[in-house]
Amino acid sequence: MNNQNLTHYLYGLADNALILGQRLSELCGHGPTLETDIALTNIALDLLGQTRSYYQYIANLSHENLSEDDVAFLRKEHEYRNVLLVEQPNADFAYVITRQYFFDVFHFLMLEKLQNSKDLNLKAIAQKSIKEVSYHKRFSGDWLKRLGDGTELSQEKVQNAVNDLWVFTNELFETSKADQTVLKELQIESPETFKSDYYKIISSTLEEAKLNVPEVTYFQEGGKQGIHSEHMGYILADMQYMQRTYPDMKW
Amino acid sequence: MKTEKLDIHNKLFPILKAIPDPEIPVLSIIDLGVVRSAKLEDNKAKVKITPTYSGCPAMDVIGDDIKKALKDNGFEPSVELILSPAWTTDWMTEEGKAALKKYGIAPPMDATSDKKALLGEAKVIPCPQCESTNTKLVSQFASTACKAMFKCEDCEETFDYFKCLI
Repeated sequence: MNNQNLTHYLYGLADNALILGQRLSELCGHGPTLETDIALTNIALDLLGQTRSYYQYIANLSHENLSEDDVAFLRKEHEYRNVLLVEQPNADFAYVITRQYFFDVFHFLMLEKLQNSKDLNLKAIAQKSIKEVSYHKRFSGDWLKRLGDGTELSQEKVQNAVNDLWVFTNELFETSKADQTVLKELQIESPETFKSDYYKIISSTLEEAKLNVPEVTYFQEGGKQGIHSEHMGYILADMQYMQRTYPDMKW
Repeated sequence: MKTEKLDIHNKLFPILKAIPDPEIPVLSIIDLGVVRSAKLEDNKAKVKITPTYSGCPAMDVIGDDIKKALKDNGFEPSVELILSPAWTTDWMTEEGKAALKKYGIAPPMDATSDKKALLGEAKVIPCPQCESTNTKLVSQFASTACKAMFKCEDCEETFDYFKCLI
């Protein structure tokens, strides 16, 4: 296995978890109720824990004595491979929940396949993470239904979030040439194989939530190639500030 | 219920058994099931631990506590974090579950009852204060990622339930 390809693939997995974890962490102390605040930050904690497992693996693969902190905090914007969906701002609670559900369903299906990987490290991370993600999916799915099938105002807000975030869903299934090589070598099913399942699950939840499934055929992508939205720079500025200002600092 | 024989050296066992979980101090790290093996070669004590949840912030503290306790007892400790096989609530000992309940945290149920309770389909989680099963889910996530919050509708106490993870 070519380490460069594997590292590239691992960044795709890890950066999604990191950036979504960072976004959710912003809500600490700002959630709409104490229970949702705690739930969202618990989900953030799970995601950051999963990120650490991937980054430790990346650090072990590198020949440059990298640490997990180096790869988390000292890369430049274009070196992050997260999808655009996870960097979208916490515009309101409906956005937070919709973004989460769109990601959780993908995350769950992806980890199901990753569990059967030939790579023992990835297999272990997937088997650990999927237990956590099944809770995330249940939380975001329940809230999506509650908001959609709630008041006129909550329905309007969550429908807007669904409409706005829908364009970012297709990128979840995008794979680069290097990704495809890794998927093949490690015998991991490509995301393309569960794309129709993904949209079926999402559509049936939206229906149950009395929400309309957007009829959009234009999709936005770029994050996986390092071309991020304007929000990404702000996230990194916040996240990397301490390590950039005080290199090698430790808590 | 899976019961496994863990490879924990009998000289190290009492030392590890005396180390409390930093977030639930009534529970020993042995009873929580995070210690997966502890080997002794000459004076070198090699301990393997596994996290309950990926992001569990207690893992670093547990690792440091183990090193300190073993060092205090004259061993040269090393601690390795392993992910596989993934931790499950089945590894919690009966003694651990009893300690949890006494502390006011409802211990994990079997997977089927757990799912029904967390989906709000059945009232099955007994209140650790009054034993009533007339309890209601308040939130799927509570003070830590491994717990959910319930409320007893008889004694009106809210309590943590240690979620089942299998």
